[in-house]
Amino acid sequence: MNAKSRRIALTVNGEAVAREVPVRLNLVDFLRHDLGFTGSHVGCEQGACGACTVLLDDQTVRGCLVLAVQADGCAVQTIEGTSNNDNGLMADLQEMFLSLNALQCGFCTPGMLLSAQELLRANPRPSREEIRDYLSGNFCRCTGYQAIVDAVAAVARARHEEPRP
Amino acid sequence: MKAPDFDYRRPADLPAALTLLARHGAEASIIAGGQSLLPLLNFRLAAPQLLIDIGRLGELKQLTEGDGHIEIGGLLRHCDLAASPLIAQALPLLHQAIGHIAHPAVRHRGTIGGSLAMADPAGELAACCLALDGQFSLLSARGQRWVAAGDFFQGIYETALAPDEILTAVRLPRGGPGRISIFDEVARRRGDFAMAGLALVAEAYSGTLHGVRLALLGVADRTILAPSTMALLEAGPLDQARIEQAVELIAGEADPPEDPAYPPAYRRHLVGVLLRRTLRRILAEAPG
Repeated sequence: MNAKSRRIALTVNGEAVAREVPVRLNLVDFLRHDLGFTGSHVGCEQGACGACTVLLDDQTVRGCLVLAVQADGCAVQTIEGTSNNDNGLMADLQEMFLSLNALQCGFCTPGMLLSAQELLRANPRPSREEIRDYLSGNFCRCTGYQAIVDAVAAVARARHEEPRP
Repeated sequence: MKAPDFDYRRPADLPAALTLLARHGAEASIIAGGQSLLPLLNFRLAAPQLLIDIGRLGELKQLTEGDGHIEIGGLLRHCDLAASPLIAQALPLLHQAIGHIAHPAVRHRGTIGGSLAMADPAGELAACCLALDGQFSLLSARGQRWVAAGDFFQGIYETALAPDEILTAVRLPRGGPGRISIFDEVARRRGDFAMAGLALVAEAYSGTLHGVRLALLGVADRTILAPSTMALLEAGPLDQARIEQAVELIAGEADPPEDPAYPPAYRRHLVGVLLRRTLRRILAEAPG
């Protein structure tokens, strides 16, 4: 084995994965290039933009600020693996982003959705201020933030008013 | 960009980590959450030969109440501290500051030990530890020493850490029930690096502040105390006139670097605005 690579074993979107990876490879590049989960995007590579957001052991992290070797033994979820989360929460968010024009080019959208999902899990009825605060680490360069905040607030409202079976 | 080439080890326990660090010293970097180190690597501003990953060492994840102080393990993450009822109750200054540190996804990885060891001049936790007169445990294969926050920070990204030492814990004295704790900062957006910030603890009786500790961030090459302003605030009753004197004084205590985006005069102005806001709040909330 190359001295500068390591074998890692982890769970990605519910499936066990084992690969040998260069130790300098970051998690989002591993997910995109080695596993083909291209829903996580690579923007700034310095932790500023949030496009690479993924869930690591059920918490949002910057995929560019975690090494793939650091995810050894962990459970990772990308946008591709979240559709069935929380009784359809992610599906509701995706639908509302679409209907309220909360995306244009879509580059930031997976990160926005994962951050919004995490917020609504912890705080089902956030204020607009709380939504803006929670999404402050995710940059959008097309639509601006108004429609995105609208969409998250609308999902919170809809799920509150119409409890699901 | 991508990180340069390096090797990576994940020692199984703290003694193994210290042994590795003793052997590789300045060629190695400790990595825990990586939220400061990985951007530096991606920018190629750092090029360690070896990363020693201590992120999973359970012995550095303890939060304990000691005799008059709270001891925080170096690997406790910002989100751990934010969620801790003990921190909220015994160290409200820290609790307030954590909401200003970057964004949720960064707070899920970043650790208190890593943040302090990085010694960014705009670091929130560094200013809190200085205001609280905290002590840091620096551990190496040679042994342990405790260093006061005021001696630890020595310049931009410069600290008292020797190449073979790890910052393993932070000890912060808990205050009495009447202690005032206020953290505030100004940033362009929530989570951005602060242009100026302050951390203040004090006690108030008979309209006068006592035991004032006022630390500033983002306005010098490291987090600094403002001793002249602290003395002025203790010298007599807090009123509007004293507040304005303090605002004037603190601008001179700040020593911001040349920066085309935020010139020194602007940062000095901001730290005065923050101090005025803080002191007016204390005045408004003072009992009787």
